[in-house]
Amino acid sequence: MNLTLHVWRQKGPAAAGRMVTYQARGVSPDQSFLEMLDGLNEELITKGEEPVAFDHDCREGICGSCGMVINGVAHGPEQTTTCQLHMRSFEDGDEIYIEPWRAEPFPVVRDLMVDRSAFDRIISAGGYVSINTGSAPEANATAIRKEDADMAFDAATCIGCGACVAACKNASAMLFTSAKVSQLAKLPQGQVERKRRVLNMVERMDQEGFGNCSNYQECEAVCPKGISTQNISVMNREYLRATLTGA
Amino acid sequence: MKVLEERLDARIPDGPLDQKWTRHQGEMKLVSPNNKRKYTVIVVGTGLAGGSAAATLAELGYNVLSFCYQDSARRAHSIAAQGGINACKNYQNDGDSVRRFFHDTIKGGDFRSREANVYRLTELSTDIIDQCVAQGVPFAREYGGTLANRSFGGAQVSRTFYARGQTGQQLLLGCYQAMMRQVNAGKITLFPRTEMLDLVVANGRAIGIITRDMVTGKVEKHCADAVVLATGGYGNVFYLSTNAKGCNVTAGFRAYRQGAYFSNPCYTQIHPTCIPPHGEHQSKLTLMSESLRNDGRVWVSKTPGDKRAPDQIPDEDRDYYLERIYPSFGNLAPRDIASRAAKRVVDEGRGVGPTGVGVYLDFRDAIGRLGAQNIAAKYGNLFDMYQRITDEDPYKVPMRIYPASHYTMGGLWVDYNLMSNLPGLFVIGEANFSDHGANRLGASALLQGLVDGYFVLPYTIGDYFARFKKLDASADHPEFDQAEARVKDRIRTFLSINGRRTPDSFHRQLGQLVWDKCGMSRNAEGLKEAIARIPEIRQEFWEDVKVVGSGEDLNISLEQAGRTADFIDLAELMCRDALAREESCGGHFREEHQTDEGEALRDDERFCHVSCWKSNGTDPDPDLILEPLVFENVQLATRSYK
Repeated sequence: MNLTLHVWRQKGPAAAGRMVTYQARGVSPDQSFLEMLDGLNEELITKGEEPVAFDHDCREGICGSCGMVINGVAHGPEQTTTCQLHMRSFEDGDEIYIEPWRAEPFPVVRDLMVDRSAFDRIISAGGYVSINTGSAPEANATAIRKEDADMAFDAATCIGCGACVAACKNASAMLFTSAKVSQLAKLPQGQVERKRRVLNMVERMDQEGFGNCSNYQECEAVCPKGISTQNISVMNREYLRATLTGA
Repeated sequence: MKVLEERLDARIPDGPLDQKWTRHQGEMKLVSPNNKRKYTVIVVGTGLAGGSAAATLAELGYNVLSFCYQDSARRAHSIAAQGGINACKNYQNDGDSVRRFFHDTIKGGDFRSREANVYRLTELSTDIIDQCVAQGVPFAREYGGTLANRSFGGAQVSRTFYARGQTGQQLLLGCYQAMMRQVNAGKITLFPRTEMLDLVVANGRAIGIITRDMVTGKVEKHCADAVVLATGGYGNVFYLSTNAKGCNVTAGFRAYRQGAYFSNPCYTQIHPTCIPPHGEHQSKLTLMSESLRNDGRVWVSKTPGDKRAPDQIPDEDRDYYLERIYPSFGNLAPRDIASRAAKRVVDEGRGVGPTGVGVYLDFRDAIGRLGAQNIAAKYGNLFDMYQRITDEDPYKVPMRIYPASHYTMGGLWVDYNLMSNLPGLFVIGEANFSDHGANRLGASALLQGLVDGYFVLPYTIGDYFARFKKLDASADHPEFDQAEARVKDRIRTFLSINGRRTPDSFHRQLGQLVWDKCGMSRNAEGLKEAIARIPEIRQEFWEDVKVVGSGEDLNISLEQAGRTADFIDLAELMCRDALAREESCGGHFREEHQTDEGEALRDDERFCHVSCWKSNGTDPDPDLILEPLVFENVQLATRSYK
């Protein structure tokens, strides 16, 4: 199939960006979206032009590296990561608009690549269990209900790609942050730091400049891992509880 | 090739096998807590090995500089491991023990790994589960609240702990979170989007690294009291593999060029259950967890060229070849055995799918027995992933699978302390050679990464610091300038060639050659041919590669060129190693050495050793040093899974 691509090109965070139009020819429906861009880049390099920069790595939908807004939707028309989006989701002759995640806390590094280190800083504010290595109790000493383990797991599947932020008109990071908060709040291991964790993580999230949640649920709609906005309710309850009773 | 007389000291402690590690721990020297903050450690890579090492070393009080090429430590490729992690907890009461796990691993590695290392790996496996559960890793559980287990290829007990099909992700997030806690405490400094391009060695000791900031292009020097490489494997030498696109051999290969020995490079594991390649634009292969073989049955048609749809092929026309040939292990036969069996039926013309390169992995019977819902609960995300990639519904039609390059058992040589032959250079996880022999059993890679990082290196690195005088070197040391000059020179060269072909096109060409001649099976003729052709590819590369842009900027083609150049050199080393090892073992199958039934034929008389390659600078002909493998606790036996 042949496609017309409009790709956001931007040299760096301070530089002005613009859409540049390219033709992609002979694309196979079995190719992934990133493989289609690989093809474009091979052509650009051969012509002596700089390739389009985009983040990618595992190409199995799990590392969370890739992510771009395709025709206005984070990760494109299927609810999956960009690397798992296949060209069979498009028609021959389609025009495709490709842009980076747009959110102030995610400055553009170059082209389609953005800086998501704000997510790392939210985790470092408290998204962990402070267990020291080498002195853990026997794993089966604490029984955990399967239902609780499963719910914690559902939250833990977040891959930190940032589509939730890109899709949100407030650039809110609440789906990401709440997934970690509710995973650890569900498990007995997370209890000791439960209140301090949510306070610190929410504070950090605000400091980074992410907006608030106003229940549009666009985040859930684009999340490649189907993280539920129920986690946001859990985080709100956890936050309220911590502020009312003190950490 | 010259075989050197040099004797390598693996520093394996004396005494009975089950007491070696405990005794060694008691004998190692300690660094006093108030002195630990005076030491700085560089950890390259943030996967299970690097992440757990960085977190633990920082927690102990050392200053840690953590480097990764991704934008965040959480994205290391360990995250993609699906199946599980082994530990002999014997929760199922099905007869598991350290001894049994040890024996399975030694046998699974085809008696080409070190007894003492493997024993320690299995011994510490139980601690890892405790550690990860305490971190909040949500492992699968039974309704009674206890941890669930399943069985995996190569084992007859249920010793694999798992978190749906995302075990690697959950374990990695556990150590990433532990790392971020130390970042918050100021003990770890992160260097994401940073690539290690050289190792700095002074007076025989590793004292630092040279990196390139992948965003600004800045080449930087980093000095430390020790350097830890946790940079994963080199499976991307085949271009198509299950590794992430960015996985590369550069860090390890630069260390090799600076004097670290590279061991057993020809041992690459071919994983039996990957989605078959579909076309020439493909950038990578996707693995389907081996756990699928617990319920899926592998088959092809009995007659070559049978083009019927799978549901039109009645049972009597199907060949469930793994169950037929290996009745006691059946579909759970180890990876090398299952991979070669698939290759054989495809070579016989009995392969399935549009390309004829593939075999069926069929869940019809399991769905009939357990119901689609239960199958979805166990493997749902894998089924979804398969459907997304192939556009076929595995609940209705059998999956198609074929072997692909997955894990590399070879790597930099290390002693029992996980230190290379260069003092101060430690190598952990897949980047070293030590624990898996010629073949890795399922669910033991995650284990090795975490055992090395959480429970071995943090002890042994302290012993190194306590024994060696503290470094007084800084990044002003002349060796740093030389290494920096090497790196900058190489970058300048790439940018000045201005040829016609992209770096990726060379990588694809190289990958195809290595897969054909040094892939699932090898023979002397093919290897000699590859050894003759690789220098031609190298020469063309250095004359005709096209790298656009500049060095002082984010530059994808420059990154690709650097990695491809190292893969070219590594590929040659792999082929030389494969040619020298005139036997078949594990993932290394030399066609000249097989039984009448087509199984691997080892030669314990001549090859019960680790091959350690020593670089001769730019001369492509390296020297060989042998580390004999001594087995005191197991009988070397022919592996049989029949």
